[in-house]
Amino acid sequence: MTEIFGIPIQAFLGQLLLGLVNGSFYAILSLGLAVIFGLLNVINFAHGALYMMGAMFAWMGLTFFGLNYWVMLVLAPLLVGAFGVVVEKLLLRHLYKLDHLYGLLLTFGLTLLIEGFFRSFFGVSGLQYSVPEQLQGATNLGFMILPNYRAWVVVASLVVCFGTWYVIERTKLGAYLRAGTENAKLTQAFGINVPLMVTLTYGFGVALAGFAGVLAAPILQVQPLMGSNLIIVVFAVVVIGGMGSIMGSIVTGLALGVIEGLTKVFYPEASATVVFLIMAIVLLLRPAGLFGKEK
Amino acid sequence: MTMTKSRSRDFQIYGLLLAVVAVLPWLGAYPVFVMKVMTFALFACAFNLLIGFTGLLSFGHAAFLGGAAYAAGHAMKEWGFPTELGLLFGTLVGALLGLAMGYLAIKRSGIYFSMITLALAQMLYFFFLQAPFTYGEDGLQGVPRGSLLGIIPLSSDLALYYFVLAVFVLGFLIIYRTVHSPFGQVLKAIRENEARATSLGYNTARFKLLAFVLSAALAGLAGATKTLVLGFATLTDAHWGTSGLVILMVLVGGMGTMLGPIVGALVVVALENKVGDIGRFLAETTGVEWFAGLGEAVTVVTGLIFVICVLAFRRGLVGELAAWWQRRRGTGAAPAAS
Repeated sequence: MTEIFGIPIQAFLGQLLLGLVNGSFYAILSLGLAVIFGLLNVINFAHGALYMMGAMFAWMGLTFFGLNYWVMLVLAPLLVGAFGVVVEKLLLRHLYKLDHLYGLLLTFGLTLLIEGFFRSFFGVSGLQYSVPEQLQGATNLGFMILPNYRAWVVVASLVVCFGTWYVIERTKLGAYLRAGTENAKLTQAFGINVPLMVTLTYGFGVALAGFAGVLAAPILQVQPLMGSNLIIVVFAVVVIGGMGSIMGSIVTGLALGVIEGLTKVFYPEASATVVFLIMAIVLLLRPAGLFGKEK
Repeated sequence: MTMTKSRSRDFQIYGLLLAVVAVLPWLGAYPVFVMKVMTFALFACAFNLLIGFTGLLSFGHAAFLGGAAYAAGHAMKEWGFPTELGLLFGTLVGALLGLAMGYLAIKRSGIYFSMITLALAQMLYFFFLQAPFTYGEDGLQGVPRGSLLGIIPLSSDLALYYFVLAVFVLGFLIIYRTVHSPFGQVLKAIRENEARATSLGYNTARFKLLAFVLSAALAGLAGATKTLVLGFATLTDAHWGTSGLVILMVLVGGMGTMLGPIVGALVVVALENKVGDIGRFLAETTGVEWFAGLGEAVTVVTGLIFVICVLAFRRGLVGELAAWWQRRRGTGAAPAAS
């Protein structure tokens, strides 16, 4: 039993793990998009750019200030979140009364601005960021060699995703959030500071993107455009899953990452497009998305 | 009565504009630059048919521009299509791509529609990246200009200039006719209130699809013409950045105005060409070295314009001008930006 469908089991499991890693990023990012969209009715195009910002901050922290991976794993999301708070307060706030499309356009402009800004300093070549020493090497599980860092990425992402799910679905704070999503005016009438909640939600959502960026820094090339293709795949993930459910976003993200990984094994030519193909099929069969409800 | 009056005034403005563009090469304008602006203006006008008059924000229009650019280039270079047929073929490919993408995308509305068009266009981009006929990163090069109906050679820039101008005018008139037809009125009704249009008995899905296909076909015509003008087609045409650029053109010029996209295309294309110079000038005068790299990071400037337009300037240049004109004439409230 060293082969599955004619593919060496090592290669198969390796791609499966890589798929899970990518799926973790899809899950965190689509989760953030869903949380933001729920309350703000804005599709945050800048999510990919803010993910890149997280990775860049990790690299800058290490290179300029000697701050190691673990410090930046906490600090970078906070910085990205703070940036998000400023963006929400200064810019997004003025658009809530308008057509939702303007939110998309504004965040698209922000994406160009942020990516262009980093490009003007760092160019487009990839910056090296090494795996923290505690997570270097690999563990032999008997049937496969498991690189420690990749395992860590999957575990850390799952913890963050399910932590977010728990907070939103099972705590009082989450109840406020869900109430605000359902009916912002009524929630405010009950004495809850909805504008503050909106600001913090946007900050939290983009902080998640920043967190994913730091996780990605050691395995993917850190460069200003690293988020721009990713965000389009995440949009497809969001269309497939629908933004109605937190758990739906997490499951869809992971599943699509795995499917993409397996496509790389069996039919590499289609690995870049398989998520989009699945999106097209879902649109034909179940237009509202797997977990979605038509608004 | 007022309808015919405003229409005749429209055509006075268009005629004047046409006359100016027609003499531009004689006033020292660089023909290839103006032709590039014209193809992008046609692209933006086609895009405006959707965003401005139907209320649909497509984030995938680069697919039609790029797809048609490759199709027309391939037909003219490899299959030896005459120029007119090459453009027609590009337009057809744009329309077919539009039919497929539109059929899927109109199943959802609002923001989902935008995300779906973006994702499908990205899928097509990856296809173009791998397909042999696009020559990947090198692009399809050396597309011959051919001749008009086999009689008038288009190798001289001036001959091509008037041909491209004719193509543009044709595209513009098609859009004008569409917008001012009963069909266009239904599209506007869908933009204002889709539920109400449905309740009045209109099959809005079919109208939206038709508008989408028409817009994609004209975007295809623009892409095919662009290949003809520049002699090559590259991946940039199909990249999502180009979809963003056409949104910016329409936003800057004015959504839902006839002339806005043309003005927007001129501003954006000129800006792309000149931003490096402006950056160097700023670096020299202010002494801030960072500005010198601005040409490498045009996206900073485009991003900034995007943000400013969305926040403070949603009517665009032509929309603001029209509103100012209305105020000056004292004919009541300015029309709301759409």
